[in-house]
Amino acid sequence: MSEIRTLKDLAQKPDLLMSGHRLCAGCAAGIIARLALKATRGPTIVTNATGCLEVATTIFPYSSWKVPWIHNAFENAAATASGIEAAFRAMKRINKGPLAKYEHVDVMVFAGDGGTYDIGFQSLSGAFERGHDFLYILYDNEAYMNTGIQRSGSTPRCAWTTTSPAGTVIPGKREWKKPIARIAAEHEIPYVATASPAYPMDLVKKVRKGLEVEGPAFVHVLSPCTRGWRYPPEKTIKIAKLAVETCFFPLWEAEFKNGEIVYTLSAPSERIARKPELKKPIEEYLKLQGRFSHLFRPKRREDLINEIQQWVDREWKLILKRCGKL
Amino acid sequence: MAVKQIVMGLNGDEAVAYAIKQVDPDVVAAYPITPQTIIVERFSEYVANGEVHTEFVTVESEHSALSACVGAAAAGARAFTATAANGLALMWEILYIAASCRLPIVMAIVNRALSAPINIHCDHSDAMGARDSGWIQIFCENSQEAYDSTIQAWRIAEHPDVQLPVMVCLDGFVLSHTLENVMTLPNDIVKKFVGERKFVTVKNHFGKEVPLILDPENPITIGPLDLYDFYFEHKMQQIDAMGKAPKVIEEIGKEYGELSGRTYGLVHPYKLEDAEIAIVGLGSTMGTAKIVVDKLREKGVKAGLLRVRAFRPFPVRQIVENLKDKKAIGVLDRAASFGAYGGPLFNEVRNVFYDQDIRPLISNYIYGLGGRDMPPQRLMTIFEDLQKIAETRRIEKTVKYIGVRG
Repeated sequence: MSEIRTLKDLAQKPDLLMSGHRLCAGCAAGIIARLALKATRGPTIVTNATGCLEVATTIFPYSSWKVPWIHNAFENAAATASGIEAAFRAMKRINKGPLAKYEHVDVMVFAGDGGTYDIGFQSLSGAFERGHDFLYILYDNEAYMNTGIQRSGSTPRCAWTTTSPAGTVIPGKREWKKPIARIAAEHEIPYVATASPAYPMDLVKKVRKGLEVEGPAFVHVLSPCTRGWRYPPEKTIKIAKLAVETCFFPLWEAEFKNGEIVYTLSAPSERIARKPELKKPIEEYLKLQGRFSHLFRPKRREDLINEIQQWVDREWKLILKRCGKL
Repeated sequence: MAVKQIVMGLNGDEAVAYAIKQVDPDVVAAYPITPQTIIVERFSEYVANGEVHTEFVTVESEHSALSACVGAAAAGARAFTATAANGLALMWEILYIAASCRLPIVMAIVNRALSAPINIHCDHSDAMGARDSGWIQIFCENSQEAYDSTIQAWRIAEHPDVQLPVMVCLDGFVLSHTLENVMTLPNDIVKKFVGERKFVTVKNHFGKEVPLILDPENPITIGPLDLYDFYFEHKMQQIDAMGKAPKVIEEIGKEYGELSGRTYGLVHPYKLEDAEIAIVGLGSTMGTAKIVVDKLREKGVKAGLLRVRAFRPFPVRQIVENLKDKKAIGVLDRAASFGAYGGPLFNEVRNVFYDQDIRPLISNYIYGLGGRDMPPQRLMTIFEDLQKIAETRRIEKTVKYIGVRG
């Protein structure tokens, strides 16, 4: 149950996701899972929706997980977590059964954007409504990467994917990214946060907080994907950081307190709120990623770049408002 | 010597709910669907009145109901759910996962016709759609059996040789909503009979022998990616477990019989020994058919029947032993298998006789779809048809549809 204050503390925490897994070089999902597991505070059970993290870490007879781990299916990670949590609760009630020996068991979910925004949304919303005590970590790589880069409800507008190709008529995905973390917060669950692997201490603290609150918690982590976003593996953290610096992916927390959803900006975004000149243009984020290359080549699409900038500005303003900064 | 029992007026759903109350599982996750709903309603009352320690998870769909049961059972809990028709269809993906993860979940299926068109009444199309999913399937004749089987199911599912989920199937409305006198065992006797859930052990990825559950002290990985180098072996283990299940079902049915005076097996013959013609079928219709057999016997017709209680695992040996010397057999199917040569039970029954030197004449009668009634008169026409087949040694039409227009 030790507290994590510094990177040194973090480094001293044992790794619960072991090396040797088959995630791609530069994949953020592995970084996120490893960091999140360092934030655990005691006995923990993990359930994983179908996706890159699941398949790449558990190729039988190998497993990277040093915690009990279960993969059920794609769309039901939150329901599976509900069952695990219910099992623990029931065993504690009569002090009988294999989990009764633990004072507490944390239940943690890892799921990608497909398993959260799309196919798993019903199961997630139901589990939130029922108020199970679990932490849901969304690693959002903004497409169905495990099946080979297909658009999801999370894919941003204009991004190329194999099912939203940049054609001569349609320039990539036509729809905007669904505001999943705000939707989660509107369930009036105790804790919702956004996080980034570029800010590991912030991420770890949020995961810990999500475990500590009683009831459902949701941490949305942007997870750059070298294969799907089309950038070299060494740029993962740089891109994750730019997502925050351009306000494409602001970092914030939302706590449900005294009948109100209280939004707070986290330090990296708070800095930009205080000094708006720090906010970088979205182009800096877009131009590093091959999935947006059609916005720059063969012809620069100023109209689309502007459109995305306007969307970022609008969303940023909305978050500032929620955080009481406007 | 059977223990003292209490007679209760219960419909089939209430009988299941009462059995579950007595078993007092850790987790029940369920979603309402006609004609299963009474089970969750009654059980909710037990929860609300503090009569069980169960964590009742009122999920937002059947898919989540079974998914939550998978999580709970993997965490070492006893987990129960109940559904029907479209609810079972929605669970389909997770049926395979529950069985393949070897989780001893118990589920009541209140048999109902699948949509479309939407229909709430009984047929077996729902359960038949799940017949290859790796679940043990027990079909009940009456509410008494629904009660008794719901108790036995835990012992079968959790048996170390089996470790497979069990479906207890009862006919929608015919059983689920029909009041019946049900003999119930005292709570302590039920508790003692089901005992505590025991766990099999596996070797985890650190090389340690640990219980097959999600336990933070002994971490294991359940439901990994399993490709062509191991998947087949894992399927063989499931096939073997199903192969061991018949013996376990019989043993537990016998042990339950010693306790209650009601013994259960894989198949239940009725006036079959000297019978020349017989029908084979599942569920409540076979109760009605007993009356028809009695009437025929009064007339001197050597009629009998064989009720198949366990459809999965399919009781091959018992089918052969009970039916091999019959002249004509009529297999009753309450489900259509579109495009197949006859219904699912017919295919299984006829298949097992292919290897026999002497084969009875076997024909198929598909009946009761969408709750179409099967009164004694209709069953009588089937026996009359069988008599004709036995006399002429000829089947004019192998697959017949009973009680349908046109």
